[in-house]
Amino acid sequence: MSDFVSEFWHLYVAGLSIVSIIACLLLLWFSGKAKAMTANDNTTGHVWDGDLREMNNPLPRWWVGLFIITVVFSLVYLAFYPGLGNFAGKFGWSSQGQYEAEVAKANEQVAPLYAKFSGMPPEQLHQDPQAMAIGNRLFMNNCAQCHGSDARGSKSFPNLADADWLYGGEIDKIKESIVNGRAGNMPPMAAAVGTPDDVRNVAHYVLSLSGSPHDSLRASLGKSKFGACAACHGNDGKGNILMGAPNLTDDIWLHGWGENAIVEIINKGKVNQMPAQASKLTEGQIHVLASYVWGLSKAKTVAAAQ
Amino acid sequence: MSERKVVPIQPVPATPGADEDGLVSLYVAHQKIYPRSVQGLFARWRWVTVWLTQLVFYGLPWLDWGQRQAVLFDLEARRFYIFGLVLYPQDFIYLTALLVISAFSLFLFTAVAGRLWCGYACPQTVYSEIFMWIERRIEGDRSARMRLDAADFSGGKLGKKTAKHAAWLLLSLWTGFTFVGYFAPIRELGFDLVAGQVSAWGLFWILFYSFATYGNAGFMREQVCKYMCPYARFQSAMFDKDTLIVTYDTERGEPRGARSKKADPTALGLGACVDCTLCVQVCPTGIDIRNGLQYECIGCGACADVCDTVMDKVGYPRGLVKYSTQNAMAQGWTRDQVWRRVLRPRVLLYTGILFAVTVALFTHLALRDPFKVDVERDRAALSRIVAGGKIENVYRLQLMNAAEQPLHFELRAEGLPGLLLDAESRVRVAATESQWISVRLQLPYDAAPAGSHPISFSIRALDEAGASVGEIREKSVFLVPR
Repeated sequence: MSDFVSEFWHLYVAGLSIVSIIACLLLLWFSGKAKAMTANDNTTGHVWDGDLREMNNPLPRWWVGLFIITVVFSLVYLAFYPGLGNFAGKFGWSSQGQYEAEVAKANEQVAPLYAKFSGMPPEQLHQDPQAMAIGNRLFMNNCAQCHGSDARGSKSFPNLADADWLYGGEIDKIKESIVNGRAGNMPPMAAAVGTPDDVRNVAHYVLSLSGSPHDSLRASLGKSKFGACAACHGNDGKGNILMGAPNLTDDIWLHGWGENAIVEIINKGKVNQMPAQASKLTEGQIHVLASYVWGLSKAKTVAAAQ
Repeated sequence: MSERKVVPIQPVPATPGADEDGLVSLYVAHQKIYPRSVQGLFARWRWVTVWLTQLVFYGLPWLDWGQRQAVLFDLEARRFYIFGLVLYPQDFIYLTALLVISAFSLFLFTAVAGRLWCGYACPQTVYSEIFMWIERRIEGDRSARMRLDAADFSGGKLGKKTAKHAAWLLLSLWTGFTFVGYFAPIRELGFDLVAGQVSAWGLFWILFYSFATYGNAGFMREQVCKYMCPYARFQSAMFDKDTLIVTYDTERGEPRGARSKKADPTALGLGACVDCTLCVQVCPTGIDIRNGLQYECIGCGACADVCDTVMDKVGYPRGLVKYSTQNAMAQGWTRDQVWRRVLRPRVLLYTGILFAVTVALFTHLALRDPFKVDVERDRAALSRIVAGGKIENVYRLQLMNAAEQPLHFELRAEGLPGLLLDAESRVRVAATESQWISVRLQLPYDAAPAGSHPISFSIRALDEAGASVGEIREKSVFLVPR
């Protein structure tokens, strides 16, 4: 327990709790001894506003028993559960511990299910509605925050439902992305490319690779400067899945579409990172989730095959 | 300003236990009440409501509707079945309407006839009545019960007490079981109980409600009304001088006193009250109605019933203790005059509101679509640009089928020119299930200025045969980035 910055607060809270309980008991004891005045008409004899009088309606004695039960309950509670400052209680209960116990129990319950799924290849899992429902829930809880609930991403968050893969779309590669995360890094290339005009020319050349609208004169001028890019994106601009260099020829624009977006990336570079998910998921969950993601881009083919 | 009226406080003997200075403890030892059994008009009415309410309560969970229990509140699946209705948590508004109806019914009945609910229909009264009937069967009536409690321990006493508590516990357990049967299918619950496989929580709640029934109806009884119940307290706010209350006709009754049956009371200077104290003996809250209206009075009419039998015996006219109003007593109104005052503005207003809310609820239930749709924008992507330079927004639609047959949903989106819907054209949702689907809307670049644009989804539901069962329109927005 490190809830309190100093020992003082621990003593303060614990002391206050115990003093309050004792005060409750004292109050009960005094109220048991105390007497009220009654007039002979069974009112307290108090009169307000000339005609309002207070009837004597004493509480039944067993009610005191209820108060004592609450005091006993609080003492038992404080003995077994945290509440008295830093004292953790006999049971050593904590909300974190309860959560972990429940998760462990739930994992134990689903273990046979995941054991079954782990032995199945993604092609087979993809046909299993139960596995895909689990995959969908895992995706919604862990991936949809960035990649969108339909897995089609948005600017700078890759679309997982198309056939375009930065790091490869095989099951092992997807698992690698989930487990370790990915760090895409393109350094600023303006200096290597040349003048600002050269940069603009290269941008048009890049646009021309996918047949996007471009200035063909600028594109032909930019082609000779593309050498600086080819180290990662390849001479043909088709990228390199070993280092996550995107394919520039497929008309898929992760970081923005059009001349200006490309010029900005060449000038400033880009760091795009996906955090590692290994600590949040079990091995079985990763297998099902990876199979789900693997299947997203296959959905149409599967539907066609059926 | 009208003259201030001083309400006289009825002289009540000082609390027993007060010392010579008039000092009393803040607490009082509980005096056990032994209500005497009573027969008469009001007792009969009470038994009618006991039978009606309990036939409904114990019987309802056993009724079936198609393949399922007719009334079942499935908390785990969050589906609430009431005969042909399937309600979702989103239908909570109906519960609000039900509570408003209950509240105004209470207001209405209380304004007209005082604590009618307390005296005849409240579970506390109903179960106390049943438990007291059991108690009378086994231990006898008031005097026999008092003798038994005062008697020394004996085999006979043990036998009677054991029998009584066994009968009480049995009924309590059945009540707890029935109550839980509204939340878990009662037949399965019964089989599980017999097989010893009932869930820990199921067992806990059965025992909890059994204990509550046993404790409240067996031991707490009038103390619940006197010390715990909030309704008992605020019902007095609905009282006025034309509210029916159980009253003692002081003018006619006093001075009270015992007399020979042949004697002429006027000659003796006595009123009609023969001071037999039966009205006190039958009172379930242990008060003396002759002291006037008291907060303990639950308006059950037991004293009126018993007084009428006494009046019959001694040959006086009935109605020394009766349901009447303060105005009627003060001004000597006839029955017809009292009845005419029932149609006063307060009562008409309560009736009007009650009627309006009831009609609104049932109309809404009758006209409601057997499905619901929630539209949520995707949490991650505000908007994105897809192939062809189109702007795309993503939505999550929850399709909730509240019908007991599969429904097919057809979606349309409108609100912006050129808006395209990219989703499955038809979605099938199984009976009483709900399903989330992702829906994409696409807009050609430059079709709308940057910003947020109101759009709407139209969702039509079709049954398996293809007939439309309704259409719902849900609003949302479409975002165009700068």
